[in-house]
Amino acid sequence: MSELKFVYVTYIATTPERLWQALTDGAFTRQYWFGTTVESDWSPGSRVTFRSGGEVHDSGEVLDCVPCRRLSYSWQVEFHEVFRREKPSRVTFELEPIGSAEVKLTVTHDEFEPGSKVHAAVSNGWPMILSSLKSLLETGHASTLTGPDKQRGARERAIALAAGTAA
Amino acid sequence: MDDVFRALADGSRRELLDRLYAHNGQTLNELCARLAESGTSMTRQAVSKHLAILEGANLVATVKRGREKLHYLNPVPIHEIAARWIGKYERHRLSALAELKRGLEAKE
Repeated sequence: MSELKFVYVTYIATTPERLWQALTDGAFTRQYWFGTTVESDWSPGSRVTFRSGGEVHDSGEVLDCVPCRRLSYSWQVEFHEVFRREKPSRVTFELEPIGSAEVKLTVTHDEFEPGSKVHAAVSNGWPMILSSLKSLLETGHASTLTGPDKQRGARERAIALAAGTAA
Repeated sequence: MDDVFRALADGSRRELLDRLYAHNGQTLNELCARLAESGTSMTRQAVSKHLAILEGANLVATVKRGREKLHYLNPVPIHEIAARWIGKYERHRLSALAELKRGLEAKE
């Protein structure tokens, strides 16, 4: 019960194929993920990198990949030393079609170290990223709250949350 | 979105969300025990009913672990509301105002 874990759910009016592409193709991720481009060949064991402005700020390894159903990777936050010190956590996306018009997306983020600073920092980011992803798929426009120009602010806030200096 | 507002319109349900914010991933039993410990009177049936409404509005996500059902706070729909109306404003200004309000109220 004291295990650190987040579970986020959103329902998106799209198809599993389009949602899969939005999660795995960097040309899509950079539109709703603070300008972050994800790259991997998505074979289990392969490296995953998260880049913005040419710089790798997070990385990981593909743990499980069932196209259009399930994707899991380890996740090492690298943009600040306070996070680099921790062992990687794990992010899992599960896609479940609801009827023919909607997909339930469940994002589970777990396997944090006890007292993890990453855990303290990420709670803020995921809901924004997921609501922006939903908006991109449903309307063709991601939220301006998660644009590339907001990344610096998001990182600063993550560092403040990890340090316990933000509410 | 109507479901979210309806779910949030009730004080007991907001209390349950606060409890999950403090300790994410609780079972019904754990939630009831913590509420009783702090002297909040809510019957098990009421907690169960409110959790079902919160889950229906997608404000609570549940995960089965063996026979138990763990409840997680899911703030995504609240961000969907924020993105719909707040998007055009500078978010950090709103955070600064929220923090100022908290700071001033805490000193009372």
